[in-house]
Amino acid sequence: MTNFLEVKNLTMRFGGLTAVDSLSFKVEHGTIHGLIGPNGAGKTTTFNMISGFYTPTEGQVLLRGEDISGLHMHEVARRGVVRTFQHSTLFAELTVLENALVGTHMPFRPNIFAAIIGWDKEDRHGAEARAKEALEFFGLDGLLDEKAGDLSHGHQRALGMAVAYASHPDVILLDEPFTGMNPEETRQMMDLMERLKADGITILIVEHDMQAIMGLCDNITCMSFGKFLAEGGPTEIRNHPAVIEAYLGGARHVA
Amino acid sequence: MPKFMIWIAALAALIALPHGLSFSQQEILVFLTINVLLVASYRLLTLTGEWSLGHVVIMGVGAYTSALLTKKFGVFVPVSMLMGGVAAALIAVLLSFPLFRMKGFYFLIGSFAAGEIIRLLWKRFRDPFGGAKGIKGIDPMPDFSIGFYQFDFFEPTSYYYFAGFIVIICLWILWRIEKSPVGLTFHAVHWQDKLAQASGVNVRAYRTLAFAIASGFAGISGALLAHYVGTINPNAFDIDLMVFVLTWAIVGGTATFYGPILGCVVLTVINEIVLRELGLEQMRPLIYGAIMILSILFLPNGLESLVQKATQKRAGNGAAQRSPAE
Ligand SMILES: Nc1ncnc2c1ncn2[C@@H]1O[C@H](COP(=O)(O)OP(=O)(O)OP(=O)(O)O)[C@@H](O)[C@H]1O
Ligand SMILES: [Mg+2]
Repeated sequence: MTNFLEVKNLTMRFGGLTAVDSLSFKVEHGTIHGLIGPNGAGKTTTFNMISGFYTPTEGQVLLRGEDISGLHMHEVARRGVVRTFQHSTLFAELTVLENALVGTHMPFRPNIFAAIIGWDKEDRHGAEARAKEALEFFGLDGLLDEKAGDLSHGHQRALGMAVAYASHPDVILLDEPFTGMNPEETRQMMDLMERLKADGITILIVEHDMQAIMGLCDNITCMSFGKFLAEGGPTEIRNHPAVIEAYLGGARHVA
Repeated sequence: MPKFMIWIAALAALIALPHGLSFSQQEILVFLTINVLLVASYRLLTLTGEWSLGHVVIMGVGAYTSALLTKKFGVFVPVSMLMGGVAAALIAVLLSFPLFRMKGFYFLIGSFAAGEIIRLLWKRFRDPFGGAKGIKGIDPMPDFSIGFYQFDFFEPTSYYYFAGFIVIICLWILWRIEKSPVGLTFHAVHWQDKLAQASGVNVRAYRTLAFAIASGFAGISGALLAHYVGTINPNAFDIDLMVFVLTWAIVGGTATFYGPILGCVVLTVINEIVLRELGLEQMRPLIYGAIMILSILFLPNGLESLVQKATQKRAGNGAAQRSPAE
């Protein structure tokens, strides 16, 4: 598979600040690809441009060769690219099951006329089955009727991923999925990521937990101050002088 | 089975209701029935988080459309009512283009402005809208018989049965929509439009859908009104009535389907029975304002929260209670 997901000269300016500066990298199909960098490096901004939340100031996002930059977020999602948010963004007022049901919106598109007459029973059952499957996958099947806002932080992160997973995505963009999880939970989540990958889902992940990133990723892109810094496998990145240099100001250790 | 019996009993009570009332109370009952549909349709719009100040004018669009269709083109009355609803929904779709560039407070103000423009058009164009005097002599619903009952539409009771039948069907449809995956998507759009979009929801389309459906049913309520009173004018759909709709919705609470309906029924009863008896009718806006403020202060979750508490106590331990919109 060549050029499954590619960003080319991606640039985002907020007024005078260039948050992402001519960034380019490629994500291979069926891999787990890490995007790392110190705080404020522009990782979330990059996600926002790939997912259609922001329109890039310059540059392109290519999915299977098609330029998807500038599309609305729901249009990008319908092409199979689904994201989670850095700060647990959930339907806090809805139950866990209802959250996951919204995630099934794309495979089971609601039809208002069928719904009024009651001719959408099969779809409703299908959506519920899929939602429960996604919740079970992330170990949330015991919490179906809890309000999402009442969940622990770790469970909220997991639910965010379950909502994304429920839509049968081709690519999942995960923005710091392990924050708020203890080491045991993180380890379990890493296993789940491996299973997603085995299912053929491509994962692009932003994460500060270097141990998790190094253990999980096939490829890693490192950026700093909006610019591309280095790319390679975990060992390469761990020993890359520029990466070590970039992190010395912030986290002080890589792995 | 017992639930089924409750519905039968409620229906029987609704059928028996007008027989215990005076003529003027029967008339009020007709208006109440129409207003229940108006406020229930308003709630569907609030599901997506938008509060409009143009809803009553949209109701007027249904009233004018149905009145003109019968007067100018001789359309059969119940059919014209349906077309009134369709026209109101179409106007809403048109209005959605400028209005859904705005959110929250700006949407509120924008919807008010849009409503005022429509009212100005009614006043400005004598032909066909009749100017400030409006339209008079609107065809009544033609009398008919269903064997055991003879509908005579000079009798408020007959019109109450007719309007009640239509309103129950409309409420059933609104209920089905709310409890469907479409209704869930409306909630999703309201609570977290970013995540809804990331899940592939076309947020703009769903906002427009809710606005159009709510407006369509408001239009039907307007048509029901027009063919009952026989005359409509721009001032019948002014901000005063809109304030009443808001008061019903806020005092009743908008977290549940029945909240706004409860607010409408309770305030109408207070208003028409108590105030009229006491001769305080002139102070209606003042008293409504006071009730609204008091309920926001002391009953922020609306009358529905009292019902929820009562039913939860009986059920022992209640299901997760959803907090109200806004
Ligand atoms: N909407 C915005 N308006 C203005 N500046 C922004 C906006 N979003 C991000 N920025 C700025 O862009 C830069 C990159 O931010 P971004 O959130 O992408 O970093 P990040 O790599 O995700 O950091 P973190 O690891 O802390 O999440 C920061 O300096 C930030 O202040
Ligand atoms: Mg970030």
